[in-house]
Amino acid sequence: METKLVPLNDLHLSIGAKMVPFAGYNMPVRYTSDIDEHQCVREHVGVFDVSHMGEFFVFGKGALDFLQLVTSNDVSKLSIGQVQYSYFPNEQGGIVDDLLVYRLENERYMLVVNASNIEKDWQWLQQFKDKFEVELENVSSNYCLFAVQGPLAGEVIAQLTEADILSLGYYTFLTTTLVGINEVIVSATGYTGAGGYEIYIKNEDALYIWNKIFEAGKPYNIQPIGLGARDTLRLEMGYCLYGNDLNDFTSPISAGLSWITKFNKSFINSTALLKEKTEGTTKKLVGFKMQERGIPRAHYEIYNTQNHLIGEVTSGTQSPTLGQGIGMGYIPAEFSQPGQEILINIRDKKLKAIVTKLPFVINNTRP
Amino acid sequence: MNFPSNLKYTKDHEWLLANGNEATVGITDFAQKELGDIVFVDITTIGQKVLQNEIFGSVEAVKTVSDLFIPVTATILEFNKSLENNPEAVNTDPYGAGWMVKITIENVAELDGLLSAEQYKELVGE
Repeated sequence: METKLVPLNDLHLSIGAKMVPFAGYNMPVRYTSDIDEHQCVREHVGVFDVSHMGEFFVFGKGALDFLQLVTSNDVSKLSIGQVQYSYFPNEQGGIVDDLLVYRLENERYMLVVNASNIEKDWQWLQQFKDKFEVELENVSSNYCLFAVQGPLAGEVIAQLTEADILSLGYYTFLTTTLVGINEVIVSATGYTGAGGYEIYIKNEDALYIWNKIFEAGKPYNIQPIGLGARDTLRLEMGYCLYGNDLNDFTSPISAGLSWITKFNKSFINSTALLKEKTEGTTKKLVGFKMQERGIPRAHYEIYNTQNHLIGEVTSGTQSPTLGQGIGMGYIPAEFSQPGQEILINIRDKKLKAIVTKLPFVINNTRP
Repeated sequence: MNFPSNLKYTKDHEWLLANGNEATVGITDFAQKELGDIVFVDITTIGQKVLQNEIFGSVEAVKTVSDLFIPVTATILEFNKSLENNPEAVNTDPYGAGWMVKITIENVAELDGLLSAEQYKELVGE
């Protein structure tokens, strides 16, 4: 498959980004240093170009009923201006993708999906839409997405609009005018736990808005941030990454996604998932911190203290905030209590780790 | 990028500075840039003889881990202990404070097979 380019690819190259293939796109992995970029977001403000993400519009009289069937969370709870974290369950007990659902208008929604799954999700949704009075539009290649994240993100973005974005609650959004550009979605969401906004912009306006964000952010030492720091930031929060911690075969109940699985409605595979939730799952996704010097990485083996193989790491890294290895993985429920000692096989050495409550680092997202 | 001409290089991105049959070994400026922030250098072979191109340790960056390969057959004498608390020296000064091990070379003739700065530069496309 040919690697796609985001609209601002040339800009990233010109400011020194190291580009790597990710989810079918050539993406900036770092501009300066993973750790500096991580700290920049935790302490002040940084900007990610995550334009590889996919966007679908869903509209029509049957939009709500359709979304109630294909997503796990309760879409009827969403007012215009609200966002919801959700997933598409499959019929075998796994997850097609995790996503955000935006209610744009009464009968108009936007779904934001993972870049690696755009085609899969699109095909998946086609199978169910005929029973509803609903239309779907894949606008992934028409929109850029900038995540402006960090405790000072509000002060930067507030300079660019007359809208009161500072009073936006977490997981709410506005469709507003930003530096004279109409119909920009400014959403108080993110994948860092550092607070901030995700901004959806039409491709033709992207460069202009990027530059305006950096002008406004200059006094705050705003920096471009790569996918390297995105991964350490999300992992410190214990946020799942599709392809690592979630996939077509992982149970959402095991993954800890019961809070976005609403059984007051029926949806794809809801009967089986309810049974799973009621009976309890044999495996659980847990977070763990290394007690010895070593960095866990995806696919490393997890052992109990009796040296029995009990699972596999799904995500791992060195936490820049804690200065220590952190990770997540699926292990039997009996070992999933915080404080439980486990062993991670790091390059043929079994090193001690402790099951830890998530998030690893206190987040800064407003309620 | 910096490639000092007094060093020998390998295609695995290590450098070696020879002084008689002793030498200092580290990773190149190119390698540290590719790896990103280095957080841990793990040398598991101190006091051991390691055959040419075999693993003498590993280097952990935030994003990835990489094996370290010895440029020539040698005994590993000493690890740069300052890297235990200051692994970022590999990023900031890969040919100086970021050195990794001192070794005794078994057969100095093996040095002739290593790359010059010019050859290494060409290899990494600089």
